[in-house]
Amino acid sequence: MNDRQKRMCEMEMGPEQPDRRRFLRGSLALGALPLLGGCSVSDEPIVEKALLQVSRFNDRVQAWLFDPEQLAPTYPESMITRPFPFNAYYSLDKVPQIDGERFRLQVGGRVADQRPWSLAELRTLPQADQVTRLICVEGWSAIGKWGGVRFSDFLERIGADLEAQYVGFRCADGYYTSIDMPTALHPQTLLTLTFDGQVLPARYGFPLKLRMPTKLGYKNPKHVEALFVTNRYPGGYWEDRGYNWFGGS
Amino acid sequence: MNAEPVRAGSVRAGKATGDVPPVHPLWLRLTHWLNALAVVLMVMSGWRIYNASPLFDFRFADEITLGGWLAGAILWHFAAMWLLVVNGVLYLSINTATGRLWRRFFPLSPRGFVADLKAAFHGRLSHADPRRYNTVQRAAYLFVILDLVLLVVSGLVLWKSVQFPLLRELMGGYEAARYVHFFTMAALVGFVAIHVAMALLVPRSLLHMIRGR
Repeated sequence: MNDRQKRMCEMEMGPEQPDRRRFLRGSLALGALPLLGGCSVSDEPIVEKALLQVSRFNDRVQAWLFDPEQLAPTYPESMITRPFPFNAYYSLDKVPQIDGERFRLQVGGRVADQRPWSLAELRTLPQADQVTRLICVEGWSAIGKWGGVRFSDFLERIGADLEAQYVGFRCADGYYTSIDMPTALHPQTLLTLTFDGQVLPARYGFPLKLRMPTKLGYKNPKHVEALFVTNRYPGGYWEDRGYNWFGGS
Repeated sequence: MNAEPVRAGSVRAGKATGDVPPVHPLWLRLTHWLNALAVVLMVMSGWRIYNASPLFDFRFADEITLGGWLAGAILWHFAAMWLLVVNGVLYLSINTATGRLWRRFFPLSPRGFVADLKAAFHGRLSHADPRRYNTVQRAAYLFVILDLVLLVVSGLVLWKSVQFPLLRELMGGYEAARYVHFFTMAALVGFVAIHVAMALLVPRSLLHMIRGR
C-alpha cells in the first residue's frame, strides 16, 4: 500500500464518522433517491433497516459457508509486505503505549478459570507462527508474520465454554469487537505476541493482538486487554457503525 | 424458425393483438429490468468501495456513488448482490430450459458478425423483425452474460477468498481477483453505455422491453 492509498484509508476510516443509525445519510440523497422514485427522505430508516437485515442474513450465510478445516493460504517470508501498513481509526501518534510488565489480560464470561494472565505466562504456553495475508475491508491487503498462542489452546486452557456463541474483546485503545466461536477455534486463529519474529510493536497492537486470516482486518483486534465468552451478541466498534459483523474472508 | 412458438403462458398475453406472442415474454422483461436495477446498485456502490482503496490513479466522483461512506456502500453492495445473483440464475435457467437461449443467440458466425457490424455502421441494419437479433446483438448479449458471470465469480473470491480456494487460484490469487473484478465492471459499464444508446436510437425496442410488443 502506498501513501496515496493510506490517505484514502484514513479518509474512509477517519475521525469524521457518522453516528450509528445515521451511516446512510447522504447516500440516499446522492445516489438512490432518483432510483427509488417514490421513496421520500422519511423512508430512510426503513431502507437502512432493510439493509441491516440483509447484513444479518449475510452473517448467517457466511457462518454457513465457513469451513473450520479450510486453511487460509500461507506465504514464504520473502513475500512479507515491508513496511507493513499501520491502520487504525486514529493516527500513529495516538497508538497506546502499554507497560508490558504491569499488563494483565483479563478473562471473563463463560470461562472456568478467570485469573488474569501476564505476558510472561502467555509466553510459557506453546507458540506457533504463520505468514498470512491480512485483507482490509477497504480492499487492500498485506502479508505479515504473526506468532503467539493458538487461540483454541488458550480457550481450552482457561476452561471456556466452547459451545458458547461469541468471544468478545476489549482493547486498550477503546476498540472492541467480537467473533463467532467456530472462528475462535480455527487452527489459524492466534493470540499473537510477536510480529515478524519480534515482540509485537506498539503500532501493530502491543501487547496482544488476535490474528485471524479467515476474517477481515477490522475483526482482528489490537491492544487486547480483556476477552470474554458469551451467548449475548456483543457487537463491535465498526460493526455498530454498519460494517458487517461476521466480516469473514 | 425465428418466431417463438406460442406457449400456454403467452397466449393470454397475446390476446390484444390476436395470437401473436409478445416480442419478449413477461419473465424476460421482469428479469431484464430487475437486472438493470441490480447492476446500477452494484456498480454505484462498487465505485464507492473502490474509492476506499483505489487500484488506479483516479477515484469516482462521490455524486455517482451509492452508500455515503464505505460501510453504507458495502451494505448496498452485499444486499444488491442477492438480487443480481438470484435474478441472474432465474434468467439463465428459464432461458436455457425454454430453449430461447439457443433460438435467439445462435448461430453465431464470425462472418455474420463482420457483415452485420458493417451494415450497422452504414445504417443499413434492419430492425424489421424485433424477434430476430442480428449477429452483433447476439455477440454483445452473450458477451455481457459471460462478463456478468465472471464479475460475480471474481466478486465471490473477494468476498470469501479463504472459503473458495479453487476459484481464488483460478483468478490468480486475491490481488488479481481485484483487477478481474474491476475490468469486468468496466466492460459491463461499456456494454451498458452502448446498449442504452442503441435502445434510444431504436425507441421501439425499448417499448418491446417494457410492454412486450
